[in-house]
Formats: sequence, C-alpha cells, structure tokens
Amino acid sequence: MADAVCKATRESFGMALCELAKTNKDIVVLDADLAAATKTSIFQKEFPERFCDCGIAEGNMLGVAAGLAAAGKIPVAASFAMFSTGRAYEQIRNSVAYPALNVKIAGSHAGISTGEDGATHQCLEDIALMRTLPGMTVLNPADHYEMMEATKAAVEHNGPVYIRLGRLAIDSFNDPANYKFELGKGITLHEGNDVAVIASGLVVNEARKAVLSLESEGINARLINIHTIKPIDREIVIKAAKECGQIITVEEHNIIGGLADAVCEVTSSECPVKVTRIGVNDRFGYSGPAWELLEIFGLTEKNIGNVIREVVKG
Amino acid sequence: MTNVQLKILAAKARLGAVIGTYYAKSGHPGGSLSAADIFTYLYFNEMNVDPQNPDKADRDRFVLSKGHCCPSLYAVLAMKGYFEWDELKKLRHVGAMLQGHPDMKGTPGIDMSSGSLGQGISAACGMALAAKLGNNDYRVYTVLGDGECEEGQVWEAAMFASHNNLDNLVVIVDQNGLQIDGTVEEVAGIEPLDKKFEAFGFEVEKIDGHNFDEIAAALEKAKATKGKPFAILARTVKGKGVSFMENQVGWHGKACNDGEFEIAVKELEAQIAELEAEI
Repeated sequence: MADAVCKATRESFGMALCELAKTNKDIVVLDADLAAATKTSIFQKEFPERFCDCGIAEGNMLGVAAGLAAAGKIPVAASFAMFSTGRAYEQIRNSVAYPALNVKIAGSHAGISTGEDGATHQCLEDIALMRTLPGMTVLNPADHYEMMEATKAAVEHNGPVYIRLGRLAIDSFNDPANYKFELGKGITLHEGNDVAVIASGLVVNEARKAVLSLESEGINARLINIHTIKPIDREIVIKAAKECGQIITVEEHNIIGGLADAVCEVTSSECPVKVTRIGVNDRFGYSGPAWELLEIFGLTEKNIGNVIREVVKG
Repeated sequence: MTNVQLKILAAKARLGAVIGTYYAKSGHPGGSLSAADIFTYLYFNEMNVDPQNPDKADRDRFVLSKGHCCPSLYAVLAMKGYFEWDELKKLRHVGAMLQGHPDMKGTPGIDMSSGSLGQGISAACGMALAAKLGNNDYRVYTVLGDGECEEGQVWEAAMFASHNNLDNLVVIVDQNGLQIDGTVEEVAGIEPLDKKFEAFGFEVEKIDGHNFDEIAAALEKAKATKGKPFAILARTVKGKGVSFMENQVGWHGKACNDGEFEIAVKELEAQIAELEAEI
C-alpha cells in the first residue's frame, strides 16, 4: 500500500478539480469568497480564466451556476456547507434541482470538526437538506483517495451533485492501488456478522480503528463505508441487516436527516432491525479544537468502540 | 416587422393570457398583460432564435425572472411556432406542457425554469458568463418585475453582472407599479430604481414599455453599450389592454369568471380587428 497521506478532503477536492480540468474544458469553478478555505484556490491558480469568485453572495452563486449549466458548462459551486446548502437551499431547490441542471455543489467545513468557528459554521444539516431534493446525488467521501475519485465521479455524472468536504486533515486508510469508487455503491471495509457498522465521511476511519481493535475481544463487526448517501446502496444495507441483525450508523451530522435516516428508510421497509445511531444528537455544536469536539460528541474510536461493545453484548 | 404587426401580435398574446388563465381558473393575468409588448418585441424583432431548433447552441437566451407572468410568454412562444396555440387551454392542468411557472424541461422555447422571484436574473448572469467564457456572441435577456426588485438576490446578481462586465446581458424591469399587497411604493419602495441600477454599474434606459419604438431604441442602445450590463426600466400598465384589469391590484393573481372573460375577449378581439384594419 502506498503511504498513508494526512490531508483534509477539501484539499483533495481542489487537487481533483485541477486534475479533471486539464482534460475537461467545460468545468467552471465558482466560489463565494472562501477559495482559500474550500481549496478551490488550487484550481484558481491553475485555471484563472475558468474560475469566478462570486463574492459573499451564495444565493446568486447557485443561480449563476444554474445558468452556466443551462448553457452547457459544468459549474462547481463551492462554499462552506452551511452557506452553499443552507443559505442557498431554495436556489438549489428551484434553480438547480427542479430543472435537473448539471451543477456540482461543494460544502466545505461540514460537521463539528470545523472546530473553533463554532455553531454558526458547523453545518450538521447539509446532508439532510440535500437528500430531500429529487434527483440530487449526495456524496460524503471519507479520505483523500476517496475524495479524488468521488470528485471525478461527480463531474462525470450528468445531474446535480452535492459533495461534502471536511476542514480537518485526516489520515487516509484506502489503498489507492486497489481503491474503486462506484457511485451509489457502499464499500465493505471489514467482514463480520456480530453487528454492522455503517459509517460515512470523516468518521469512517474512527469506526475502522474501533472495529479493528475489537477483534482482540472476539467481536467481529462488519464495517461498511457509505460514500454515496443518495442514492444509498440498498443492497448492501439489506444484506447487512439480514446477516448481522443489528446496525450502528456513524456520521458527523445531526442524527436526524442524514445517514442514519437513509439507512433506516431502507431497513424499515425491507428488513426491520434495531439501528443505533451515533451522530450529533439533534443539537448545535460550539467552539473548540476539532479533535476535542469529535471526542466530546462521541465520534471517535473510543465511543464508537464502546457502543459496538454494548450493542453486541446486549 | 412593423409596429402595427407587433401590436397585433401583442394583443393576441394578451388574448392568449386571458384564455389560458380562464381555462386554468387561476394564474396571473395582470403582469402577463403588462409585459406582453416586451415579450412580443423580443421574440419577433430582437432575438436570434429558431423554434424548429429550440436548443441550438448559439441562440439568444431569455429568462423570465418574473416567472408567474408566463401566460403571455407562452402565447408569444405559441405564435412563434414552438408549440400549438391550443396548449394554452391546458395551462396549469394535470399533465399539461404549460406549467403554472416556466419549466425548461417540459416546454420548448423556455430557456430556464423560474418562478421563485430573484432567481432568474442570476441564471441569466450565468448564461451571459458562459457566453463570455466560450467566446460566443449570443445575448441574454431577462424580464423582472418591479416588486421582484425587493429580493436581495436581484442586487447580488446586479453586482455580479457589472463586476464581470456582462455587456451581453439585458435586464428589463416591467415596472407596472403594483404587487400583491398594493402599490410597489406602498409595500416596500424600490425607487429610485434607475439610480440603484446605475449605482450597481448598469447603463440604464427608462422607457414606455408599451411603445415599440422606445423598446427598439433601448435594445439598440444596449447592443452598442460595451463593458457593462444594460437595464431597461419599462414603465407599464398592469392589466394593459383589458379595461377592468388596468392598474388594479386585484388582477395580479386571479382569472376571469365567465362574464369577465366574455368582456375581456371582446375588448381584445376588437383591438385586433381595429389594428388589422390598419394594414
């Protein structure tokens, strides 16, 4: 396996856009005065003529993106998740999703790991907002290599896509030599039948560490990485429910509206099993260093391991 | 096309809006009638479009930012040959091609879905930017309501248009002076609108939105203006062409009943007959 890199997925995203733009002339990147933070600045430096800073006006930015797409371009509109999906929600709903325009929306600084900026900038509802829109694909990649491939898939997919980016530098765990990204397909990272842990985004690696450390206790948990929250891989969820009998979801998002609900929507109709939800429990965050907050909110290896242990041992 | 020919088409567009909303038992005749002359001029005397090939890449684009006024736009598109006139009678019905607000996916000739106020002008900016990026020389036209100018997004878009030197963009404000809750000045007060657009970097022209010579002259001036976007503030009469609708707040969003329909049709047909007699 190649060396594990420690990189924020926002940076991987900026790198991927730059790479893709070399061959795809239709890509146009928009930002709302946060290019240095969302890392679209990497693209801007290489392709200044195809970069447009819209200023601090996210609603207009999404409308401009819609117009660009209607005229045949592939616009990528980036800002913090709070603003690209929250502030501009209705523009996305009516000007992007309803006409099914080929717009890619990036939401950086998503989740509690945004850290010190506090509650106003820690978006915990972006996946819920985007998931309710008909025809919207929702991606939440877990590490550098996955983000590189997911960005490529997003650009190649014809239709609106939301892609969630993290601020925090995190260790990669995927092996680029064997990694394969398929839109809408979950990835089983660890086999086991005692319980199925279904995780998405930054916390996948925390769940992975927890699952691996529990092997020594004789607990064999299955671990599934869901990078595409919509359309969710129904097959992998149903199989997990049937074979493991219990599910734990892990996400850096409100437990309402995100991965947990997407999983429950499948299990409740296809194979009802108990689902334990690890996430931010319907509340706002607050300021603090990212890893401290992740720890406090129960999103690191330690708490995930404890929950798995409790669920398995009943 | 002569002014008389344009006037006939505009009167027919008004008739189409009255028919469409009557059969739908709902819709927005007031603003449809105020903007009918502008739509007619754009599609019959200004824009490079081809109804046989509605998606051709180098066509001029039109975005109806005040999407609720689509009934008369639909009538203009029907007369231009994008679809059959009889589609108007199915406006807003289940399964109809003509939705209550413009739907680019289902209606030939509609370049952008719209209806949520303030959003169309941003999409028009995006189209104009795409033309600039691709070195295409097509132009983009968008019609806004004056009440719509209360939306903050209009001004975000206006800033964007001038910052990006979108001289291929023409913003036309249908200034009929009325919105749902009353006159625009009573409700929220957007004046001085010309100074606002000027301050946002536009070249501005104020015209009578029912006078084809003034519409033509403003659009020519827009074409000659380089380096900045152009705004045409078109003073209009809401409900124009139907006596009992003119300047009445109440005709923003309701359809004629049977008796009103009969009168409206009679008035518009009389205007058409009178104009046809001039030819």
